[in-house]
Amino acid sequence: MPSTAQILDWLTIAKPYIIMGLVVAVWPLVSGYIVLMERKVMADMQVRLGPMRVGPHGLLQPIADALKLLIKEDIIPARVDKWVFWFAPVIPVLTALTAFAVLPFSQRYFVAELNVGVIFILAMTSIGVLGIMLGGWASNSSYPLLGALRSTAQLVSYEVAMGFAVVAAVMVAGSLDMVNIVKHQQASGVWFIFYQPIGFFIYLVAAMAETNRAPFDMPEAESELVAGFMTEYSGFRWALYFLAEYSNIFVVCSIATTLFFGGWLRPFPNVAWLNFLDWAPAVMLVGVGAGCLYLAGKQLSAANKIGMGVLGAAIIAVGLAFGVPMVIDYVSGPFWFLFKVAVMIYMFMWARFTFPRYRYDQLMQLGWKWMIPLGMANLLVTGVLILVKMQYWSAK
Amino acid sequence: MIPVSWYLILSAVLFVLGVAGFLIKRNVITVFMSIELMLNAVNLSFVAFGYMLGDYNAHIFVFFVMVVAAAEAAVGLAIIMLMYHNRKSLNVDDIELLKF
Amino acid sequence: MDQFFFYMFSAVILVMALLCVTAKNAVHSAIFLIGTLLGVAGLYLHLGAEFLAGVQVILYVGGIMVLFLFVIMLVNIDQTLKEAIFSGQWKLGLIGVALLGVELVWFVAKGTGLPEKPETHAAAPAAAQLGNVQQVGDVLFQSYLLPFEIASILLLVAMVGAVVMAKKRI
Repeated sequence: MPSTAQILDWLTIAKPYIIMGLVVAVWPLVSGYIVLMERKVMADMQVRLGPMRVGPHGLLQPIADALKLLIKEDIIPARVDKWVFWFAPVIPVLTALTAFAVLPFSQRYFVAELNVGVIFILAMTSIGVLGIMLGGWASNSSYPLLGALRSTAQLVSYEVAMGFAVVAAVMVAGSLDMVNIVKHQQASGVWFIFYQPIGFFIYLVAAMAETNRAPFDMPEAESELVAGFMTEYSGFRWALYFLAEYSNIFVVCSIATTLFFGGWLRPFPNVAWLNFLDWAPAVMLVGVGAGCLYLAGKQLSAANKIGMGVLGAAIIAVGLAFGVPMVIDYVSGPFWFLFKVAVMIYMFMWARFTFPRYRYDQLMQLGWKWMIPLGMANLLVTGVLILVKMQYWSAK
Repeated sequence: MIPVSWYLILSAVLFVLGVAGFLIKRNVITVFMSIELMLNAVNLSFVAFGYMLGDYNAHIFVFFVMVVAAAEAAVGLAIIMLMYHNRKSLNVDDIELLKF
Repeated sequence: MDQFFFYMFSAVILVMALLCVTAKNAVHSAIFLIGTLLGVAGLYLHLGAEFLAGVQVILYVGGIMVLFLFVIMLVNIDQTLKEAIFSGQWKLGLIGVALLGVELVWFVAKGTGLPEKPETHAAAPAAAQLGNVQQVGDVLFQSYLLPFEIASILLLVAMVGAVVMAKKRI
């Protein structure tokens, strides 16, 4: 019988692998539910109900969608460049999931702590461009090629602006290590968004462009380019592109959370009289569970009633478990991280359903004539302020 | 522990491949890519030497080589675009105005 | 473990580079070149140059190779696909390559060998404390500040030059 210490040792060694396995296994499902969330948010903003048929309140819709995509015929058009066509959708998924490796879900839960974490993520996102480009080219058709060219120009342009915004935040933190950046925010007691409001704004715009989201969804502008670089793709490969898109959204939102919103820290981590916020996860989950139970009563069919009721009960149980003082320490980090990321993703959707699509030349103008100069100016001002502060402190 | 000389041999082979591509390829874009191969071979040996000597100056050299490679790619590809527009060809054998 | 990664990355680099030189299609060449570049980035990681590995991927794969692919897609490569891969002077070229190869082999055979163990270990503790990025930054902004500024001007010149050449009407 191995001792407790031994088991703990094994757990420490196995932790990165467990987290990796969890992310790869669970993420496709989660991204399916982000799609559902998007459809529900869209429906809410357009004053309708959204998907309601599959499961209670359409909660099983992602599974139905995934099944449909998996059993669809996998069409490979004639005269495509076969192996590039096969391989292209894999690239963005691979890179996006690799970027997950350095996201600090909490002080304890991350796969790797790199001293070049931010550079690693930027590198991975920059490889992801290739998937779009090669997919569009390999399709051997006009619309995908146009979509790919537009997309590449857009991604490469906005990568510069994004880099400037990220570098400004990194300068404030004084570290490229994702975990350290959050620790710096904990030490200074201020989220970096208050030091870097302009940087965050640039990052947000650039991130929306980087992930091909409306109002910058130029590469797949349905009304102009059919479906952009994905036109010739169908079934599973098309699903891979979508998985990559939502993974990228999660990654950029996680970077924003880490750089600007204090990562896994709860709001006001250093203020003692706000310690009751530690209970917020439990309260929120119990509230959501109670909402589910309330909705269960309103369901029409018996199956839906039971399903909704079981879901509500499960959420309440998890919420109550989160209330146990010993557990709080372990779960509050991931909870706050995922909560902040979810809010950021909601902002992305909000923007998508609020702003009309930019025209291509307007997009380029915005990127090169506004965002990049603004990013440079922000960087310069940040640098000067840091220098002044350093001088001041050393003089004292 | 890998001896540094292995890295140097690898870099030499990579360099020779780059030179071969540069000299024998017909498409001017792939000729240009071969230059990148050669630059990478040299960078690799720089980093290997830096590792051997424990010296970060090597990293700076590689960094500058990359900067120059970026500048070179921008200008070179612009030249290739112009060439294509003027002569409708990417064949290095067709570019012979200076040949006598 | 060390050896395994070295062999793996070297195999990737060499196979990809060979395929890059011999591929008929320019896009395939570019893809193989990307493979080579990623392999080199892996070796950089192996040699303790994390920052350079990141820059290699961002700059080469995310910047230069995307530019290459962009240009390949803008020009019509169907016509080049019908031509032979190798240029008219390929025999002469191969002779040159063979000479270079012989020279390098001669050097390798003649060489007295390098110290097997890297001498980093005297300096390594200090380096490990600071981390790679800080070290590179210190050297770059203290000893090499002027070259850094010149490099930025070089990039500016290249940018202006590329725009002037590529744009028909400015």
